[in-house]
Amino acid sequence: MEKEIFEHHLNTNRRHFLGKMALGFGGVALGSLLMPDLLSGKKVAENQLPLGLKHFAAKAKRIILLVQNGAPSQLESFDYKPKLNDMFGQDLPPSVRGDQKLTGMTAGQKSFPLVGSKFGFKQYGNAGTWVSDLFPNIAKITDDICVIKSMHTDAINHDPALTFMQTGAQVGNRPSIGSWFSYGLGSENKNLPAYCVLLSKGKGNGQGVYSKLWSNGFLDSSHQGVQLSASEDPILYLNNPNGMDSKTRRTMLDHLASLNQLGYEEFGDPEIPAKIKQYEMAYRMQTAVPEITDVSKEPDHIKKMYGPDCMVPGTYAANCLLARKLSESGVRFVQLYHQGWDQHSNLVGEMQGQAKDVDMASAALITDLKQRGLLDETLVIWSGEFGRTNYCQGKLTKDNYGRDHHPRCFSIFMAGGGVKSGISYGKTDELGYNITENPVHIHDLHATIMHLMGLDHEKLTYKHLGRRFRLTDVHGHVVNDILA
Amino acid sequence: MGTQQVYLHMFCLCHCIIKRIIRMKNKVIYLLFLLLCTVFTSCKQKGEYAAIPSKKIPEVVDYNFDVRPILSDKCFACHGPDVNKRAEDLRLDTPEGAYKALKDRKNEFAIVPNNLEKSVLYQKITAKDSTELMPPLDSNLKLSSYEIKILKKWIEQGASYEPHWAFMAVDKPKLPELKNADWANNEIDYFILQKLEDIGLTPNQKADKERLLKRVSLDITGLPPSPEMQKRFIQDDAANAYEKIVDELLASDHYGEKMASHWLDVARYADSHGFQNDQLRTMWPWRDWVIYAFNENYSYEKFVTYQLAGDLVPQKNMETILATGFNRNHKINQEAGIIEEEFRVENVTDRTNTFGKAFLGLTLECAKCHDHKYDPISQKDYFSTFAFFDRMPPRQNKGEVLAEAPFITISDEVVEKELPFINKKEEEDVDVMVIEERPDVRTTHILNRGVYDDVGEEVRANTPKSVLEFDDSSYERNRLGLTKWLFDAKNPLTSRVFVNRMWQEIFGAGIVKSSGDFGMQGDLPTNVHLLNWLSADFMENGWDMKHMIKKIVMSATYKQSSVISKDKLAIDPENKYLSRMSRLRFNAEMVRDHALATSGLLNPEIGGRSVKVYQPDGLWEAASSGRGVLANYVQDHGKDLYRRGIYILIKRTTLPPVQLTFDAATRDQCEVQRQSTMTPLQALITLNDPTILESARVFSEKLMQEDNSVSAKIEKAFNTIVGRTIKPQEKEMLLSYYNDQESAFMKETERAKAFIDVGEFPASKNRDVVKVAALMQIIHTIYNLEETIVKS
Repeated sequence: MEKEIFEHHLNTNRRHFLGKMALGFGGVALGSLLMPDLLSGKKVAENQLPLGLKHFAAKAKRIILLVQNGAPSQLESFDYKPKLNDMFGQDLPPSVRGDQKLTGMTAGQKSFPLVGSKFGFKQYGNAGTWVSDLFPNIAKITDDICVIKSMHTDAINHDPALTFMQTGAQVGNRPSIGSWFSYGLGSENKNLPAYCVLLSKGKGNGQGVYSKLWSNGFLDSSHQGVQLSASEDPILYLNNPNGMDSKTRRTMLDHLASLNQLGYEEFGDPEIPAKIKQYEMAYRMQTAVPEITDVSKEPDHIKKMYGPDCMVPGTYAANCLLARKLSESGVRFVQLYHQGWDQHSNLVGEMQGQAKDVDMASAALITDLKQRGLLDETLVIWSGEFGRTNYCQGKLTKDNYGRDHHPRCFSIFMAGGGVKSGISYGKTDELGYNITENPVHIHDLHATIMHLMGLDHEKLTYKHLGRRFRLTDVHGHVVNDILA
Repeated sequence: MGTQQVYLHMFCLCHCIIKRIIRMKNKVIYLLFLLLCTVFTSCKQKGEYAAIPSKKIPEVVDYNFDVRPILSDKCFACHGPDVNKRAEDLRLDTPEGAYKALKDRKNEFAIVPNNLEKSVLYQKITAKDSTELMPPLDSNLKLSSYEIKILKKWIEQGASYEPHWAFMAVDKPKLPELKNADWANNEIDYFILQKLEDIGLTPNQKADKERLLKRVSLDITGLPPSPEMQKRFIQDDAANAYEKIVDELLASDHYGEKMASHWLDVARYADSHGFQNDQLRTMWPWRDWVIYAFNENYSYEKFVTYQLAGDLVPQKNMETILATGFNRNHKINQEAGIIEEEFRVENVTDRTNTFGKAFLGLTLECAKCHDHKYDPISQKDYFSTFAFFDRMPPRQNKGEVLAEAPFITISDEVVEKELPFINKKEEEDVDVMVIEERPDVRTTHILNRGVYDDVGEEVRANTPKSVLEFDDSSYERNRLGLTKWLFDAKNPLTSRVFVNRMWQEIFGAGIVKSSGDFGMQGDLPTNVHLLNWLSADFMENGWDMKHMIKKIVMSATYKQSSVISKDKLAIDPENKYLSRMSRLRFNAEMVRDHALATSGLLNPEIGGRSVKVYQPDGLWEAASSGRGVLANYVQDHGKDLYRRGIYILIKRTTLPPVQLTFDAATRDQCEVQRQSTMTPLQALITLNDPTILESARVFSEKLMQEDNSVSAKIEKAFNTIVGRTIKPQEKEMLLSYYNDQESAFMKETERAKAFIDVGEFPASKNRDVVKVAALMQIIHTIYNLEETIVKS
């Protein structure tokens, strides 16, 4: 037994690891890297292990979720409403608004003057997809994406809405979508976490992000999203301290293992060999992670495609490039957050800056994956947490305006991973306030994503405090119309 | 004798097969095998709840133990207490519901006691036709053949119902009779030993003194024993040597800190408001009160009464009002433009849910949107409980403030005259949010589907009567009355729930493992009589917390060694029945406190404003909206860097990374149980976190100043850090490792310099860089030993 367990450390292990490196990443799925040890006496409950089982054939193997944090306006991106320009300054008809609650920011407004996009729209690609002039690069790849204009959500404030988008519930104690996939499918790469998170900031009005968005909730903490940072330590505490080189660290781990082995002989606790294994994995991560996060060796044409920002750590462009590398290496779920999309005022100025941050790199990521033959098995999703009002918040002038939060409709796009490409799905009314065709709720989006990954959203459950929880709670329908 | 022989035989057989199976590395088969083992080694008697994971159909089927878990898990979602989701008007959670005629079928019944043929339920669960089968296919639920057999036998034996065990008043059981009670030290041991006799295990030997001392010191104070205490205890041969230590630890002010670390999770304490902008708040004086109250050994009744109703008690004063800050610890959304009523309801919801989870061990929140699907708590019950917490003045302060009204202002004068336990050093006054009752401010209504603006029937303050009827003649209908109801000796939950959590904090798992759910879907107690005895004892002794903790740590059960024999690992891998002490990893606070304490860096100050210790750069900045004082992380310096873990400032949206990685609670909502996981990220922290490295450096410098051999220094470091005498083999290994390191650093003095240049604690004078670095490397290795951060 001891021999079995200890094969994970010392030289055997190093050779094993180097062998893997030579073959490149993407070994056999063996559960999340961060999974508690299988031989641990304490962690044997079936429901705590990544299931590694699929309910049906998966179209997608990995997901890259590009969260546009703060809620970009659909009316200046994908949902073209010329009627709003015609009705500039006129009040939103109460019949259109219906019983929609307003936020405290505009509830006191005396009027709700309609305002159309200051930016022009054109049709692109075979399907004639409408895209605003703010997104010239995304416009070029419309044949590879599926735009959904009929997204809607339950929440009207950022925190609950973002939490809802991430966890399927507005309250903050449920597992994040990435954690559900780590739990359900495990990791494809033994040396990297199954769920990685990357943050960036635009110059627009920002709303913070918070670690509960990538929290494991009641799932085992091994399914927690691991935040990779732009600093020298891409994963917290990854680097050896000053004065400690890799060789010295190796010697230390070998001594540690021998001492721990004595402890195991005394106590017989299977947690001890498990711990030795965790130290070995930590050691492997120290080599594997920096290799992945170093984008400097990417060829010039790639750097050019993502734009000059991609060489500036911590930018959205750099994170897109890193997302491709992580995903390519088998990270199940990569999630980006780009802050700055909350345009209550000065929408015209701020949105140009935000769009410039993300347009080129978002398009490059999809093209890059496609060129590598990875787009078919990688699902890319670009989305905010809700939409924005068709009327102006604050002062409306000819040149500038703001838009408040609007949960009733917003636009997102998806690409790859078994989604129909080159289509627009769902419609809103001519004022861009209500959905008129094919509404897609957040729960439906979740159900669809899970379906594409080979999981039945009604079957992937976790029993906690007496209840079987799902990402989609008791809701959600797969949007079959957008499946390829 | 015969039975024992069978056991022995089984064990031998088990061993051979287990060995082979482990060689096969097949966990699943191994687990199945364990299950099989328990089939043969168990024999349950009626009334023994969740005693043994038996798969044998018992002679007499017990409703609570055998039947109800099946019905609850597989049937109640559609045929349970929730009237809105009830299918075919059939409920199976009450005998009336189960025995009555089926809807539209006057002569047919779901269950006819003693008559299987006439029981439609049995026909349905065994139906061949999938359209007839229950549970239906699309529910994704399925009854196993074992479960069907249980239900069959239950109907044949009369299909009798019993109230849920946890809803029956605590009845103090007699001590069981044992074949041999010599081992027992106190009452706890009688119940434990009886269970062990049942499953054929014997308790472990007593732990050695050193390990026992480390364990009890951490359990009571959260800190390792000092070398002085170690020495004193080892040399004390008196019969009551251990008890003296226990009393000493309980009298230490660090006891209050240890107890508080759990209570702060329960109370969802944090230093920021949460949500988008996540501003600073100043609730820390409330935290100082918690520590004080534990140290003063307030009864649990007084402790809770002050927190829930300190503004209503007759002896109301600054202290009792400060304590009500408990119910202002929830998050507050200071985002511009929120709908006020939505978040007001959210906050009252939080208080209600916290009340349910923290004090009643119930998932009340499940009844907010609809009747509870499993427990006898209606949506009306939920909003009636909600009504107690709904009498607060409307929100006044808006925008980003440290404290929103109502609050009390704590000045130096207040501290001096009324609240001397508050560690206030700053000159400016501190505002602490508290609770204020406004009886007439609003009426409370059921909120349909739990939605804040979908107002339904009006309700008055009341408690779930399935727990205990709210008696108007004894209690006022306000939060003070609510606490009286809570501490009524007839309340079946209050004592059980808290005793269970104290047990959990010491043994790693509660007697009821789901310590936040004592309801129908929660885990059944592994030893219900023990839980009942402890609960009764707790109440009889005036809810005395120190008494209860002392009772637990004085038991022979607690004092066992944590060696795991293969038999025990096979028969009881989770150690549910405590035939050994569990080996438990330190919690997040202990990992830090232990390094600081053993190296001598610890600043033992109690209370005060929260501190910002070493943290990787840019964490707050990357995630914040850029507004407010918590947008940028400004680290503290000097002695503040060496405060205990409970004083680390908690910004809800970006939690302290070390704590988070070691499973600290998120403080988002009330939590009663932390996870205990093991991940490589934890290894990275103990390997590379400057706090641990600095501890190693400072300890090394200290030892280098002593006039003794390297071997003696290593021995001292090991004994202090691991908490036991180093073994010769360990010493030999570490000494040779030291020598290698010394020669390596000798060749690379620059590297040695870089290595010891860690942390802000001033370097010792005239230090020998190479020697300090080499010994630091050894000490750092000791800090990373598995045993170091384990209570073994």
